[in-house]
Amino acid sequence: MGYPHPIHSSETPVLSTHFGVHEARTYAGWVARGGYEALRKALTMTPEQIVDEVKASGLRGRGGAGFPTGLKWSFMPKDDGKPHYLCCNADESEPGTFKDREILRWTPHALIEGCAIGALAIRAEVSYIYIRGEYTEPYHILQAAVDEAYAAGALGPNALGSGKRLEVFVHRGAGAYICGEETALMNSLEGRRGNPRIKPPFPAVSGLFGQPTTINNVETLAAVPHILNRGAAWYAGLCLGNPKSTGTKLISVCGHVQRPGTYEITMGLPMRELIYDACGGMLPGRTLKAVIPGGSSVPIMTPAEVDACVTDYEGIAAQGSLLGSGGMIVMDDSTDIVYQIMRLARFYAHESCAQCTNCREGTGWTTRILERIVRGEGKASDLDLLMDLAENMTGKTICVLSDSCATPVVSGIQKFRADFEAYLSGARAPALVGV
Amino acid sequence: MSTELLTVTIDGVPVQVAKGTPMIEAAKMAGIIVPHYCYHPSLPSPAVCRMCLVQVEKMPKLVPACVTPVADGQVIHVHSPEAIKAREGVLEFLLINHPLDCPICDQAGECELQDFVFQGGRANSRYTEPKRYNPVEDFGPDILYVANRCILCTRCVRFMENVAEQPVLNVSERGDRAFIGIDESQRLDHPWAGNVVDLCPVGSLISKDFLHKARAWDLDGTASVCTGCTQGCNITIDTRDDIVVRLRPRPNLEVNRHFICDTGRADYRWMNRGDRAEAPLIREGATLRATGWDAAVARLSALVRDVTGPVVLLSGGRASCEALGWTARLLGEKQLTAAMQVPLGSEEPIGSIPDLALRAERSANLEGARMLGLAGDWDAAVRAAGAAGLVVVLDVHLSDADAVTVAGAQLLVQLTTVADPRLTNAELILPITSVVESQGVLVNRDRRAQRVLPARPAPGMARAAWWVAAEAWAASAPGREAPATASQAFQALEAFGGLSHTDLGFSGRTVGSSPAGVAR
Repeated sequence: MGYPHPIHSSETPVLSTHFGVHEARTYAGWVARGGYEALRKALTMTPEQIVDEVKASGLRGRGGAGFPTGLKWSFMPKDDGKPHYLCCNADESEPGTFKDREILRWTPHALIEGCAIGALAIRAEVSYIYIRGEYTEPYHILQAAVDEAYAAGALGPNALGSGKRLEVFVHRGAGAYICGEETALMNSLEGRRGNPRIKPPFPAVSGLFGQPTTINNVETLAAVPHILNRGAAWYAGLCLGNPKSTGTKLISVCGHVQRPGTYEITMGLPMRELIYDACGGMLPGRTLKAVIPGGSSVPIMTPAEVDACVTDYEGIAAQGSLLGSGGMIVMDDSTDIVYQIMRLARFYAHESCAQCTNCREGTGWTTRILERIVRGEGKASDLDLLMDLAENMTGKTICVLSDSCATPVVSGIQKFRADFEAYLSGARAPALVGV
Repeated sequence: MSTELLTVTIDGVPVQVAKGTPMIEAAKMAGIIVPHYCYHPSLPSPAVCRMCLVQVEKMPKLVPACVTPVADGQVIHVHSPEAIKAREGVLEFLLINHPLDCPICDQAGECELQDFVFQGGRANSRYTEPKRYNPVEDFGPDILYVANRCILCTRCVRFMENVAEQPVLNVSERGDRAFIGIDESQRLDHPWAGNVVDLCPVGSLISKDFLHKARAWDLDGTASVCTGCTQGCNITIDTRDDIVVRLRPRPNLEVNRHFICDTGRADYRWMNRGDRAEAPLIREGATLRATGWDAAVARLSALVRDVTGPVVLLSGGRASCEALGWTARLLGEKQLTAAMQVPLGSEEPIGSIPDLALRAERSANLEGARMLGLAGDWDAAVRAAGAAGLVVVLDVHLSDADAVTVAGAQLLVQLTTVADPRLTNAELILPITSVVESQGVLVNRDRRAQRVLPARPAPGMARAAWWVAAEAWAASAPGREAPATASQAFQALEAFGGLSHTDLGFSGRTVGSSPAGVAR
């Protein structure tokens, strides 16, 4: 057994086909598996043709927002005489998310190829891959792959002999969660403090180094070669009923399941099937308590919502949460929800960039109230206060880190109020609040 | 900004503003201040304090008024329930880690946090957790950083980075642990660094010089002009019980924007001198005797009438146009040699703002003296003083060498704020007001004539120099009438084309043509 788990029948391996295959990391191994054919094809296409193909595939951003990728690329100006840049967001810092890591570790050339094609689509010559600082092993694998691609002539001033210049640079982050926010990422790449920028101007107008820039997630770009190889219609057909969510999605499942890991599913798979079949369900003797389906920034789901949920953008939204990054955190009945929410709030308080007042002060205040509740010193008025603070923290700041802190608090209080009240009434013994 | 005009409605008030105007400036034109902290018209806007969020019809979210340009036909609500609630929320957040040590804070009374909380904050805090604590830091020669009071608006960081172009300040740490940090190898000692104290909306960056000196509500502010150099920065003179305790920049976009240099800021101690000349002194044999103005003016008039030989006028850089012009008129029928003392220093530009620097010529009214033809060569004038029939010294502090020469003059009159003990042979010592005790006009290097107003009462019997000279001039021939006010005195000076003080307003006005085009 190579990759942590054998492909399960509920999975649809596209991006993950070669996960676990060491040879696929090498240039030769990747080419032997059909690699760089898509880039070769893209080099014969016009930018408009590439964009149209990706538009037709229905591919949407896999980083969390789910914005149609082809449409995003089409925002880039034409014939403006400025250098364009493609940024690949490989910062993957969202708690519970580790699906890009698998692409970086096992199929780095898929990403490099995706970057090169994306660059062609937006008339850029240079791509930057901003990789999470803690991803040491993936970084070394990715950098080795980039070096190999240059050596093989797939990248460089004459990519694949096309006469076109295609450069890919890998830049390591320094550990800040906020640098995964697209404009903070650009500031960080430029050597500045990783603070999000005010939008407008949007990156397509003024992004990296003030030039038109598109920023895409790793998984998004890695899907592009497959779309070019196998056609937009094939990709659009990867869908279980909802034509707005097409293709496959890597879901990194962690927490209280029998087999945590990164699973590739067709959009629209029932969430129950993913958790109970692919991941093997709950640990013995345990029942499901809650699921955070798309990274820690999205609303928490109850078991009833999970049962009714299909795993795609609209399906999860219909159950009051978001697909987000696809970082799924599964919690069984042994979980102290209040404590978990406190831990999430503390994470956001730690990672707030400190620019906006609401976020800087709100995340800290929220955390201290939650810590106090968990210590057994909560007051009856605390829940209303937390809800009001959350309102003051939502939709009022430059980026959505503040909103992301408020989301689990609000959904937690709404859906698991009894757990909070148990602490407030003293029915539940105080927990030890670690530092 | 283009000249195209857009119409927007702000809290029901329609205004026409140029395309590209940010909402916060458009609101000002409608007479509405949108509460704000990080925004400052002389700095780039980061939109981080989130105080200026306003509601715009047909827009889904509140928008920051400081960075959002108006669009034609927009209907903006600064005081809608949603905007008010958002502001209240921000104020509550700002206060949770703020120490509320207003009783011992220098900023109290002129604190934007106090003001806006008073206007629109909650009556009491819901915050019961511990507050963040950081020690006070010594940032520079005159600046302390009280981190606990800091609301991280980053005006100081942006001033040092974008205006002074010496980026020594930064935001250190993240989340609510953040504070303003300083480059460990540097100090906040840029020649214009003191402006961060004024820019700081709270009492976080404070002046050591002003520390615990006065409460803001005990201060009287007076519009004036800095006399430190030829730049002519507009200032406010703050006095407490008639003692000048602080100079602050007064905004003038044409001259100094919102800033003054540290040299100018510190240049106020002379205003409080206790050894002022307070009564006219008139020579009687070997001694000087105190007298009234009638006798003093009569003696001055007679001296000037009877003088034989050339006359020399030596003036200090703070002499107003009125003082210079009327002294010259009094002496004008004689062969007059006049010069203004111009101490020299180093030129210290602010950084990114063109035409704004502490100038090498440290003489406030040099251009005014030039326009009046009274700025001849100083050394030549001092040499001439030795052989002159009459020397008038107009509020100037002479060097020791110059004082020796001048003391040798045949006949000497001191029109001065402080009697010079080295000039003991003076025939008359006439106490005059300084520029902070009288109205007057100073002309800066760009020929901008700017008014100063009295910030404190004249000591003793001191009168404005123009009044003394004009009275003596009127007494020296029948039919002459002295001006009754400083404005009349200014209006009578041909060099300034008959402008009155009212014409100059409080931000001044460019007079005459370019300096090169004026015959001397």
